[in-house]
Amino acid sequence: MFDQLATLIAYHWFGLDPLSHIGSAIHFFIMDITKIFFMLILIIYLMGLFRAMMSPERVRDYVRGKPKWLARTLAILLGAITPFCSCSSVPLFIGFVEAGIPLGVTFSFLIASPMINEVAVVILIGVLGWKLAALYVGAGLVVAYVGGVIMERFKPEQWVEDYVWKIQMGDANLAQPDISLVGRHRFAVHEVKEIVGRIWRWVFIGIALGALFHGFVPEAWVVEHLGGSDNWLAVPGAVLLGVPLYANATGVIPLAEAMLVKGVAIGTTLALMMSVAALSLPEMIILRKVIRWPALAIYAGVLAVSFILVGWGFNLIT
Amino acid sequence: MKNVKVLGTGCANCKATVKLVELIAQEKGATIQLEKVEDIADIMAYGVMSTPAVVIDDKVVHAGGIPDKKIVESWF
Repeated sequence: MFDQLATLIAYHWFGLDPLSHIGSAIHFFIMDITKIFFMLILIIYLMGLFRAMMSPERVRDYVRGKPKWLARTLAILLGAITPFCSCSSVPLFIGFVEAGIPLGVTFSFLIASPMINEVAVVILIGVLGWKLAALYVGAGLVVAYVGGVIMERFKPEQWVEDYVWKIQMGDANLAQPDISLVGRHRFAVHEVKEIVGRIWRWVFIGIALGALFHGFVPEAWVVEHLGGSDNWLAVPGAVLLGVPLYANATGVIPLAEAMLVKGVAIGTTLALMMSVAALSLPEMIILRKVIRWPALAIYAGVLAVSFILVGWGFNLIT
Repeated sequence: MKNVKVLGTGCANCKATVKLVELIAQEKGATIQLEKVEDIADIMAYGVMSTPAVVIDDKVVHAGGIPDKKIVESWF
């Protein structure tokens, strides 16, 4: 449907040549813009109806006092469905510490939350198919789980800033959310405005980059430099590239789509997506308020190594 | 007079919330004493983990994100 719409606009109305660089770039751009924004609005609205009663405060209540494996599993699953703005990372971290939740579990939550979210998952399914979406989610869950376990081995408690331990949290006597149908509809509409307002730039940039890549980068160049699952350096390269690129998981998907079409290996593409979503410099700088650099360096290292292993793993089996 | 506090560590969403509360209170003709709480220990003392949050007369009425305009209107 979106393909036909893009064909109509790009080739019939604008009269562009489907075989030209500019024609194929514009076609890709129109197709992805309409498809992704249509899906974004629909999914965020539907999820909003259900999510009107979810918040980090409730996650904390569910996770505290549970055995470690269960706490970690819950933290990851809830992290995947609970949205939080990266400016909330600090209170969230302190809140978890204050509840006596182990640091390793908190790290699992911090890894899972930006990397896996329902918006990214549904768009992944729509754009790249459910198999790749399942691979991405599965790999993300494993990285979040194992990453948290490894972090624990380094005893990150020693690097937590002193004041964090001293903070006393009050009783959250939060207002009860309005769970009537009207209340949830209002919440969902607000969510759509808020989330789309926050991420549309990233999605737009992602689609534009994807379109440029699609229209102007020749397949032969890709296969020689990035593609080919036998190119071992491509995966660490993709992870490195993702660090300064801070975007939202959703924004990377169109770029991933263009890369796959041009023959970049699946593992390399997954590694780039994960790195862009979860390994970000601004996030690290925010977390520096609660934990010192050695712990952050280990955190970044563990994530980078995990993403490289995920990338190599998928390149090997495909 | 209502005492309104906006809890947040100074991110863009927090500033937007302060502006929204000011605007709506003015529209409704409510006199309020507006305060920004930026110290993390003070924020956490309210039991809030997701910012920005809004406290009216020492009761948390909203947490996590910019509140909806209609909800802000219901406060005054």
